[in-house]
Amino acid sequence: MNALRDTGILVGRSMRHIQRSPDTIITVAIMPIMLMLLFVYVFGGAINTGTDNKVNYMLPGILLIAIASGVAYTAMRLFTDKQKGIVARLHSMPVSRSAVLWGHVLTSLVSNAVSLAIIILVALVMGFRSSAGLTAWLAAAGILTLFTFALTWLAVVPGLTAKSVEGATAFSYPLIYLPFISAAFVPTATMPTPVRVFAEHQPVTAIVNSLRALLGGQPVGIDIWTALAWCAGIAILAYFFAMRAYNRVP
Amino acid sequence: MTNLAIQTKGLKKAFKDVSVLNGVDLDVRRSEIFALLGSNGAGKTTIINILSTLLIPDSGTASVGGFDTQRQPERVRELISLTGQFTAVDGMLTGRENLVFVARLRAVPNPTQIADQLLGQFGLRDAAGKRVDTYSGGMTRRLDIAMSLIGTPAVIFLDEPTTGLDPEGRLEVWDTIKKLAEGGTTILLTTQYLDEAELLADRIAILHEGRIIAGGTLDELKRLFPPAKVEYIEKQPTLEEIFLAIVGKKTEEVAT
Repeated sequence: MNALRDTGILVGRSMRHIQRSPDTIITVAIMPIMLMLLFVYVFGGAINTGTDNKVNYMLPGILLIAIASGVAYTAMRLFTDKQKGIVARLHSMPVSRSAVLWGHVLTSLVSNAVSLAIIILVALVMGFRSSAGLTAWLAAAGILTLFTFALTWLAVVPGLTAKSVEGATAFSYPLIYLPFISAAFVPTATMPTPVRVFAEHQPVTAIVNSLRALLGGQPVGIDIWTALAWCAGIAILAYFFAMRAYNRVP
Repeated sequence: MTNLAIQTKGLKKAFKDVSVLNGVDLDVRRSEIFALLGSNGAGKTTIINILSTLLIPDSGTASVGGFDTQRQPERVRELISLTGQFTAVDGMLTGRENLVFVARLRAVPNPTQIADQLLGQFGLRDAAGKRVDTYSGGMTRRLDIAMSLIGTPAVIFLDEPTTGLDPEGRLEVWDTIKKLAEGGTTILLTTQYLDEAELLADRIAILHEGRIIAGGTLDELKRLFPPAKVEYIEKQPTLEEIFLAIVGKKTEEVAT
């Protein structure tokens, strides 16, 4: 019970950080929005997606890019807390040890959800339309939350082990580029075989396909299980390494 | 209950191949200000971190208020407060919010009331609603110490509380520490400033190369100093001279 109470207090604190520096949410939303504009209005005409609505096609990949860049802030906040001795202060207090990490993880879920909501609003203005019902929307939200959760635990590892802020956040760059080598923005059929094999078997493609099907009111098929397996696998592995790193933190 | 607030026996700790503590025995009595004096790298922070349950020693024991730091860390954490070497305050929050944050985590009744009381006590009332990022070094340190007082801990660890402060800030912090000790709190203070130890501490231990090489009251330490040979001018040794003499002697012994 105390752990829950402590986590609540710690989430309240880091949510206040986000309120005080709204740029953390806006920056996370702006880069993907720019990319979405670029893909829809500049490259869009040259990419044959086989669909009429380019925004519908691009949006899932854009959301994943936003999450990949958003979790870098978790690494940064955790790094700062450790660097400033706040983690040590909390550990020397009668405060649940796990609450210190969960506070950051839950904050990441909330702040990324807000960023995603902003992006979806902009997408609506750009012509995004969904025929999905409530269940499909909830399923899509669930996958996005699970993906955020998995990447956030991944972010905890460099947040705890890095020697500098740059080092703490660098892990997010490869993650941001992952959707480019997937089915997120262009069909994989045109890619050279090695690239195509990678693109079709990396987590982003399964997640993007599931989201596209869910939001388009289509049956999702096996993709959703592949997507969930990837998210769960990443989360479990990342959690393991995060806890290993955390146990070494005084 | 024992009369000792803090006790360590044969404390040893190494980081990778570098041994930092080589058997530290320390007794700190209740309600005294005890200064751990040593140069950078002497192992002061390592001792503080072991006592505040952040580090586990390789061998030896440490206890606070009779509770073993390894076997009963939760009990120890309820008794202590750590003010680390670097002010552990949240710069994005205001002074009041920092205090309320800690008060809520410590589950004290009336967190805001406690916060306001401490703000007044530490002369931070005017800055209470400002973000801590905008505070001076002295103000930040005072807030840091104020945060450590929440929940009235029996033992407070102050790790180099005045390092990096300007002379005015140092005086502010010294004032605070003296008031604290009057209230009956046990204070273990580490410092590399000899005048600080001389001014504040009831008892002093000199830590050198991971060992306590001398300890006692200032008068007892003065007696260790070789008596003056020329008798025309009587010059009381400063603690600085005592320190350097003892450290120098030990280093020679090790060398030969």
